[in-house]
Amino acid sequence: MIPRHQIILFSVLLVASLVMGVVLWQLRERAHQRMVEGQDSSHTQAPAVAPAEQATLLVANDVDGSLLTQTHSLPLPSDPGARARAVLGKLLDLYAAAGATHPVPGGAASVTQVFLLPAEDLNAPAGAVHKTGLASSDSTPTTLDDGSGQQSDSGPEPTTPQLAVVNLTGAFVASHPSGLESETLTILSLCGTLHANLPRVTQVRFLVDGLQRPTLAGHADLTRTYLTADAADPNRP
Amino acid sequence: MVPLGNARRTVESDQPRKMVLMERFFVWAFAPAMAVVLLCPLAPAQSAPPAPQTRVVIVLDAAHGGDDAGGHFASGQTEKSVTLALSVKLRSLLSARGFQVITTRESDATVSADHRAEIANHSQARACLSLHATDSGSGVHLFASSLAPVASARFVPWKTAQAAFVTRSLALTGALNSSMQQAGIAVTLARTSLPGIDSMSCPAVAIELAPERDASHTVKSATDDPAYQSRVAEALAAALLVWRTESNQP
Repeated sequence: MIPRHQIILFSVLLVASLVMGVVLWQLRERAHQRMVEGQDSSHTQAPAVAPAEQATLLVANDVDGSLLTQTHSLPLPSDPGARARAVLGKLLDLYAAAGATHPVPGGAASVTQVFLLPAEDLNAPAGAVHKTGLASSDSTPTTLDDGSGQQSDSGPEPTTPQLAVVNLTGAFVASHPSGLESETLTILSLCGTLHANLPRVTQVRFLVDGLQRPTLAGHADLTRTYLTADAADPNRP
Repeated sequence: MVPLGNARRTVESDQPRKMVLMERFFVWAFAPAMAVVLLCPLAPAQSAPPAPQTRVVIVLDAAHGGDDAGGHFASGQTEKSVTLALSVKLRSLLSARGFQVITTRESDATVSADHRAEIANHSQARACLSLHATDSGSGVHLFASSLAPVASARFVPWKTAQAAFVTRSLALTGALNSSMQQAGIAVTLARTSLPGIDSMSCPAVAIELAPERDASHTVKSATDDPAYQSRVAEALAAALLVWRTESNQP
């Protein structure tokens, strides 16, 4: 003879199990539905054709180790991150072209994403940004080309500095020519081009396939935060 | 034959005499020496012999090596072999000019950037030169650290130790630039962030040897040309002689 309290307990557990099974089944169905909706490309909005705008590029020259300012007309999206990726893509297309002054294979596809984040406070004593002592001269953004008027993300605080995180592909880094000058010019031109078109960007960090990498091609440090002011005057005293 | 008891008595009676003799010996032998030692500080400074001058230490860091070949050149050479060859040439020239040279590697060995900086920082060098080579550009590229100058402190972060020496590194770059110009070698000056250099607590410059080109950018001398390397090494040694004189001045 089974005691009555055990029958009640068993019944309660059985009901609870059934209810939980039903709930889990419904959750699974909803998750599956969301996944199917996400994969359905027929509902995505077609990208709007961005109007062509003037973009300022700082193009490296291996002959004399200089950065030359060039203006190019190209379609620029309104989203700041996509805009940054577009100008960097154009710059790397120039480097991948035949007869480039700074030949680097890869082209526009070498920049996977550009994330824009609030910049770190360089006045902070902590060594997060290890260029300590730069705060007085570099905390305010420096405009390389004031006449370009390319600042698209004019929010309520247009002077708030931003950190751009540029995610490069592993193929680009693997094929980059090894050399102190070559790597330095690539980094400075990327930083300078970002700042010329997005003046709020004052700091730049680099990732390779989403991960931190010690150097670009054996020389230039990719673990540090670069200041766009360095690109404005690479020979500053 | 002396009885045992008498012998012991003889030894016991001889010991005080020996002690007295030894005391007299020490007094007569060491008293003049002690007097000289005590009176020496009272002697005029002019009579003191000049202290031997300490040799100026230079650290030569041949970049790459071992598993890290660095750049691969069109000639088939690798950057690690060119930097080592230049380091060996420069070491000989500097040793002949009275410098004490410390190298981070003497063979095809893997040396990490931190270990290179450790060697430089323990040597208390007057100058640290990191030697590199490339196929692009022309002449010699001189790089100082892009860290902003900060005041010297007792404890500094490892990755930014160079910040306290950036001003002197820029002065060293100027001395190297002048010497290169006098030797007729094209120079490109820039600043960069190089992991090994940024951790060095000494005036440090990264020197990148590029091919020598003419006006039409045709290569006159490749980076692995021994004559070209010797010419660059001579110019570097001349610059360090100037640097030694300048840095000795108050």
